[in-house]
Formats: sequence, structure tokens, C-alpha cells
Amino acid sequence: MSIDESTAARVAKLARIKVDPEALPALAQDFNGILGFIEQLSEVDVDGVEPMTSVTPQRLKRRADVVDDGSQQDAVLKNAPDAREGFFAVPKVVE
Amino acid sequence: MSDLNKLGLAGARDALRAGDTTSKALTEACLAAIDGAGALNAFVHNTPDIALAQAEAADTRLKAGDAPAMCGLPIGIKDLFCTKGVPSQAGSRILQGFLPQYESTVSQNLFDAGAVMLGKLNMDEFAMGSSNETSVYGNAVNPWRRGNDDTALTPGGSSGGSAAAVAADLCLAATGTDTGGSIRQPAAFTGTVGIKPTYGRCSRWGIVAFASSLDQAGPMTKSVRDAAIMLEAMCGHDPRDSTSADLPVPDFEAALTGDMRGKKIGIPREYRMDGMPEEIEKLWSDGIAMMKDAGAEIVDISLPHTKYALPTYYVIAPAEASSNLARYDGVRYGHRAGLDQGDGITEMYEKTRAEGFGPEVQRRVMIGTYVLSAGFYDAYYNRARKVRTLIKRDFEQVFAQGIDCILTPATPSAAFGLGEMTDADPVAMYLNDVFTVTVNLAGLPGIAVPTGQDRQGLPLGLQLIGRPWEEADLLSSAYALERSAGFVAKPDKWW
Repeated sequence: MSIDESTAARVAKLARIKVDPEALPALAQDFNGILGFIEQLSEVDVDGVEPMTSVTPQRLKRRADVVDDGSQQDAVLKNAPDAREGFFAVPKVVE
Repeated sequence: MSDLNKLGLAGARDALRAGDTTSKALTEACLAAIDGAGALNAFVHNTPDIALAQAEAADTRLKAGDAPAMCGLPIGIKDLFCTKGVPSQAGSRILQGFLPQYESTVSQNLFDAGAVMLGKLNMDEFAMGSSNETSVYGNAVNPWRRGNDDTALTPGGSSGGSAAAVAADLCLAATGTDTGGSIRQPAAFTGTVGIKPTYGRCSRWGIVAFASSLDQAGPMTKSVRDAAIMLEAMCGHDPRDSTSADLPVPDFEAALTGDMRGKKIGIPREYRMDGMPEEIEKLWSDGIAMMKDAGAEIVDISLPHTKYALPTYYVIAPAEASSNLARYDGVRYGHRAGLDQGDGITEMYEKTRAEGFGPEVQRRVMIGTYVLSAGFYDAYYNRARKVRTLIKRDFEQVFAQGIDCILTPATPSAAFGLGEMTDADPVAMYLNDVFTVTVNLAGLPGIAVPTGQDRQGLPLGLQLIGRPWEEADLLSSAYALERSAGFVAKPDKWW
């Protein structure tokens, strides 16, 4: 499996990371190196093996379905790069 | 008392309780040591005001005879832990200026136990690295050098600042986190002790997430006894982390008997790598002899899927990272890129993340995105999760044979020079974690203990791997190894 520049560009887009076109060949080469390393996994016989979902056999705990937190608008907005009138502000999303 | 910063946790605790010193004096000694150690670039955010206020409160408690386990002991906190009102950047530009409005459970547990915070410690960006060279703060530097050669060496990573600070006596101990070896590898590179507990022992709440199924916090200390004291203070059930174990926390320090009689130590044949340096071979065989002399039975074991651990890790960890790091969008906290006329929300995300993430983080996020993308999910991600099941099964089978713990080298080499790996491909750097990463994939506890030095005088460490939830037993075995090895070397002060 070899990654070309257009695949690298597509992955960058999916990851929402801007990559300049001139950086794509080196990025594709990095991906190929890492994926070549990962490729070893194809030689393992995994027939009938369950994919791991939890490394410890414990069952996740459940809690009562009640509101136990909230009313922290100031703390939540404190670190926002742009907060106005109690909201996060972003560039226009809908025309 | 002089050189108070050179004490370990146990020694300082005993001195405090005997009234031989005060937390204020200990804290001031550490703050002075930090001020004089700018060249190590270990501490990246200093909090002397918090430290002195906490020290004063601790001295009051000590006087009143109400001193919890860590009362008055000055420590450093890895930058990955959110500390209320104190910069917590995970070594990344994207969290520049971020001031958490809450305290991580682990740091809160430590403060509840009376610990004093000196500041935040350097690390690889988002804990992705093995040399502390991916940090936005620049490299942390190992206090150890090769003989009289002044080449700057890596303290390892990702908890490089923690390891450098403990080794250089800038603090009594420090917190670290370990996703693939990030506590144990830097501990081995700096002649310090580092334990990654069983997955679920320490709450992950408030620790900036890298790969949630692998991340665990643990202490980095000057001795095994100190590791026992600090681990006990850090762990415990936390309802805010659904994977936190609701199990009683044993008295780890009381369990340090060092009695190895009747214990079975497994030596995995797959860890004997081709091209392993002779010094690592010798370190390992010396360790085996020490365990045997201490009364343990040495058993050759096999962990057949070992060679697939690193490739498995480099699917699972980036996959989880790509998901976890999706939150850095320039909206809720951290860096937002300046926008051009006409830029919409997608350009904001893309520019913010390109400016905010360094090259290694970008690489891993994109690899993770790729292995999770439609058409490759089964071939890469699901296959890796199946191999992970097999890796864990290897360990279960040897523990079922009655093996108490497993002895391996901690790292494939001593500390290397900063910049020496820059031109190597990313995979060469990943090989640093070859002995440690299996432990994260299987969720087991593992500890690095310094047991020797290479011919240039650099420290080398061995790793002990324990059964799940049996940190008490693991620490006791590590204590026996530490006692037999008698490692006392310290770096000569050049900084």
C-alpha cells in the first residue's frame, strides 16, 4: 500500500490540518515509512480473535442519570479565543 | 541541614516529622536549585508563590501532628496535568495561554496528601516523543554527560523534564505519564525510578489525553521507596474517569520487604533483540544474577507476539490521538490562527491546527486519521486491536504459569545526543519504546530501576513487569533489585 500526494492531501483535509502543496511529497514519504512498518501486522494470524475493547476486564460503572454539574458558563468560556455575550464566537458557518 | 533538595521523599518526610527541617526550607532549597538550572530547561512554568503558600500550610499541619503522606514535600508536575489557574500546555503551542479552571484528580490527590508544587515540567508535545525534542519549550537536557564530553544528551521522553528535574535534584520527585514508555524510558536515561501502574490505577481526569486506552500517570522518583509513597498518594478510584478502578489502594511502602524467596521471575526470550548492545546484554544478565542471588527462581518464558507490539502501538495510539486531538479547533480554548478575508470555519480549523501542532503531532494525527478512514479501518485499526488481544494473552499465559514478574531491559541503549536522531526516519525513534510498549498494550504495571552504567558513565535501567493490580508485589521486587544493584551514582553538576 503506497500513499501518493493526493492521498496525503486527502488525509490532511480529513484531519483538518492545512498542509502546503510543497510539503506533500515529504509527508507522503513519512506516511509510507510508518505504514510500511505497520504492514508487519498483516502476517499475524488473527482468525477468531476478538478485537480488544477494554484492557482491563472491568465493566464500566454506571451512574444515576441526574444532572450533577453545570452553571459554569464563566469557567467554560474563560479560555475561549473569542467569547461574546455568553457564547463561543466563530466565523460565519451558514450563509 | 544542607542540600535539602538532594533528599528523596522518604528522607525528607522523616526529617520533617522529626522536626529537623521545615517544608519552607525544603521548598526554598528546591526553588534555588531550579533558579540555577535554566540550562536543563526542565521546569517551564515556575510556581514559587503557590509552593511557598503550600509549604507554609504544610508546616502548620506538621506542627499540629496532622501530616498526611506527602506533607510538605516539594515536587514537580508534568505539563500534561491540568493545574488550576497555572499554565498547562502539554508542551504544545496550541494550548498557549490555556489556564485550566479545574485541577486534575492526580494533582489534587497529591495536594490533598500535602505535596508542594514547584512548577510545571517540560515534555514532548502531547507526550508524543522519546527525546523531549518535540516540545514547544525546546529540548529538556539530561544532567548526565558522557564522561568529560559536553555533548548535550536527551533525558528521554516524553516525561523528559520530569526525569531531568529529579535526576538533577531540582525537586524531590515528579509526576510523569506513560503511553508507550514515557515514564520508564526517561527514568532509565537519567538514573531515576519510574513506575507506570496498572491501567485504571490512576485517574486520567484532567490529564491532557493522548491515547486514552494506553495513558497512565505515575511517579518519577529517586528511589523505589519514594515511588511507593508517591504512587499511593496519586492513585485511587475516581468517578470522573469511567476506567478508573474501584479497588482498594494497598499500603505500597509497607509491602517493600524485598523478599524474593519463592518468587518466579520470567525472562522473555523475545526481548533478546538482534544487535542489542553488549552493555545492555550484560546489564540484563547482571540483573538476572541479582534476582537469583536474592532467592528468586529464574524461568525462561516466551511472549511470542512481542515483535508486533510496536506496529500495533503505532496504529492504536495515533488512532486514539486523532480522535482525542480533534478537540483543538480554535473555538473553546487555546490558539486560534489569524484569518484572512473570506476564510470560513474550515479554514479556521485547518490554519489553527497547522500553526498549533508541531510536525510529530501532525504526523501522528494524520496517520491516525488514515487508519480510521473508510476502507482502512478493518485492515489497520481492527487488525491492530486483535493483535493487541494476542499480546495481552501472551502475558496472561505466563502469569498463569505462576510467573510473579518479568525482568527485561528498560531501553535498547543509554541516553543519546540531542539532535542525533533528527535525520533518522520516525520509525527509528519509535524503537526506543521496544521494551516498554508491550506493557501499555496489556495494561500491566511496569517499573524502571537504575542498575548500572555504560562505559561512558551513563545510567542504564532494567524494567520489571508485574501482574495486573499487583504493584505492591512489583515494588517489592524492584526494591530487591535496587538493593542488590546499589546504584548510587549522580551526575556531576555542570549546569
